[in-house]
Amino acid sequence: MIKYLLKRIGYIILSLFLIITVTFILMKAAPGGPFASERASTPAIEAQMNEAYGFNDPIHEQYFSYLINAFTFDFGPSFKYVGQEVTEIIGRSFPYSLILGLEAIFIAISIGVLLGVIAAVKHNKFGDYLAMVIAVLGISVPSFIMAAILQYIFAIYLQVLPIARFESFAHTILPAAALATTPLAFIARLMRSSMLDVLNRDYIKTAKSKGLSERVVTYKHALRNAILPVVSYLGPLVVSILTGSFIIEKIFGIPGLGSEFVVSVTNRDYTVIMGTTVFFSVLLLVSILIVDLIYGLIDPRINVTSKEGNK
Amino acid sequence: MAETYDVSDDLLTYTFHLREDAVWSNGDPVTAGDFEYAWKWVLNPDNADTDYAYQMYVIKGAQAAKEEGGSIDEVGVKAIDEKTLEVVLAQPTPYFLDLTAFYTYYPVNQKVVEGADDWALNVTDTYVTNGPFLIESWKHKDQIVLKKNADYWDADTVKLETINMYMIDDENTSLEMFNNGELDWAGDPTDSLPLSAIPSLKADGSLNISPKAGVYYYAFNTEKEPFNNVNIRKAFALAINREGIIQSITQREEIPAMALVPTSIWEENAEGYFKDNDLETAKEYLATGLEELGLEKLPAISLSYNTAEAHAAIAQAVQDMWRQNLGVEVTLSNEEWNVYLDSMGSGNFQVGRMGWIADFNDAINFIELFQSVGGNNYTNWESEEYSKLIEQSRTETDPDARKGILRQAEAIFMEDMPIAPIYFYSNAWLSKDYVKDLEVSPLGELQFKWVYLAE
Repeated sequence: MIKYLLKRIGYIILSLFLIITVTFILMKAAPGGPFASERASTPAIEAQMNEAYGFNDPIHEQYFSYLINAFTFDFGPSFKYVGQEVTEIIGRSFPYSLILGLEAIFIAISIGVLLGVIAAVKHNKFGDYLAMVIAVLGISVPSFIMAAILQYIFAIYLQVLPIARFESFAHTILPAAALATTPLAFIARLMRSSMLDVLNRDYIKTAKSKGLSERVVTYKHALRNAILPVVSYLGPLVVSILTGSFIIEKIFGIPGLGSEFVVSVTNRDYTVIMGTTVFFSVLLLVSILIVDLIYGLIDPRINVTSKEGNK
Repeated sequence: MAETYDVSDDLLTYTFHLREDAVWSNGDPVTAGDFEYAWKWVLNPDNADTDYAYQMYVIKGAQAAKEEGGSIDEVGVKAIDEKTLEVVLAQPTPYFLDLTAFYTYYPVNQKVVEGADDWALNVTDTYVTNGPFLIESWKHKDQIVLKKNADYWDADTVKLETINMYMIDDENTSLEMFNNGELDWAGDPTDSLPLSAIPSLKADGSLNISPKAGVYYYAFNTEKEPFNNVNIRKAFALAINREGIIQSITQREEIPAMALVPTSIWEENAEGYFKDNDLETAKEYLATGLEELGLEKLPAISLSYNTAEAHAAIAQAVQDMWRQNLGVEVTLSNEEWNVYLDSMGSGNFQVGRMGWIADFNDAINFIELFQSVGGNNYTNWESEEYSKLIEQSRTETDPDARKGILRQAEAIFMEDMPIAPIYFYSNAWLSKDYVKDLEVSPLGELQFKWVYLAE
């Protein structure tokens, strides 16, 4: 187990190294710089700024300094926001994204699984159709449209929730719901098909013929097996929720990390680009690792330490 | 801050007398030394984060100190005593008083700032100010709260107790919050209103509009064929229907621009140097231009703009106008802002969108943009005569004569037409009826000092 963990961590470091290198190359290859502005200042002033921020050093020196910064998690100051450290920016904005993301994941999983189970149990009945209509709508309506619809219904028409910003729990409901729509629908469909599959298995029939009630069979015997595909979807789900929160944060005026991530690229704010990229990468790589470990816990048939393909 | 000021006869020396009762929010008096310290801090080459330092280059020795290794002690700003500040300029600058309202010229409290570089990065005890309002809290990217400053010298005038400013990225969201009563103000100059909402806001009469000292224009690359020919440039400039663009695209009652300097600075420029949408003359210019270039027909040209809904809509309209009126194929090229500035700067364009908003209320702002190639002049156009006139205007002390010289320079510029001006900007905003005396200046500033809420 420990050997397995070490190996995975080794892979994580290797991927990080590749991510940093590619980011650095793309960043430097993109035209423009952090000080480009409509109001060009005099060449002498620009030269002083470039010197002060180390843009005049040879490119390989800049690369190594970014690499060292990344692995010590000290990215230096932002170029656009004077005097703010990158770690400070991440520290201030990540809690917003985290709360939003966790809430969205919670909504997506709980409602998604529930809808999927209902659809499977009421197979080809009204409940099934209703759940699947909701799921198809959820997949096809993009989150920013959903955001506008939710804003209109709950904030403007019914006046029960605030339109935007992130002050109290009431403020978090609409953005989290909008962000959860697509994964929710996806989970519902995933859950339905795997549940249908499981319900037709022999051991379910055995359980039923033993005289166990429908409820016990469904929730105790079927659910545990049917939920496995959803667990494996958790990794990509975390990815899409965290990186996909940009548009939701923009619409709801939330000062989260998703918008820093995207805006830093248009600003050419090199240190913030590097900082947010590395931060997200670590987060995602670790969450994928955790999902793999959970997988092994839920399904004892899967032995994470054994060789792949030998399940 | 200054109660009175004296100007020497040669207009080179300004002496400001600061008011006795001006104090910083920590109780220290605002002294002339604070101004001297702040200005010299900006001009010190060790302080790199000062991209606006060039605004101070009218002061004697300023440019030398910042760029050429000159001594900072030579800079022409000196505190004579606690409350008297003497400024010596490099040349008479009739707009110097306008310049001093620009934020690079603001003072800082030397006692607090010296040795504490991070004094203004977050709201702490060292965040010392001297205006009508104090900053109460600042949540980065989220919200700023301003409170009335009880120690302000004119505190009796200030009626507002608290101002909440929310940072909201999305224009539609802030509009909805305004409609829902969560905001008292939406739109320019701190934000902007969504383009699609303008017609309905105008129809119900809630939209406020005021002119803004800025010009939206298309720059021609005068080094690339066919825009190296002045007649071709004129043909393209004349074949744009500005009124149409304003009526059906931007819709904020902008003023069609047939000149360089906005009407909020020079009223007479409402007329302009040519007629808007003058197709007859445009075709004549086109014919002459083609002959001079020895061409049968215009080659396809490309029109560049940076990513934005309005820029794209205007570019498409202009594309259509040029195609119909001049029979030229126009391809559109859209680039993200940083990339766009890079291609413009390296001359990699034929016609490109640009804009300029004044920093201070004077025509020189716009005229000196095109004094020499580089900087903000992307056209590669230069004129010795034009440049001479600008230099002449800098030493001219009589305001009318100075204006005459600058008008002359503008005339030369418009005769050569290195840019096709499109419109002069306007501010468009919504405010609740009970918000009184909140004016938007042509420079796009909001002054809250006199604002009150009527209930």
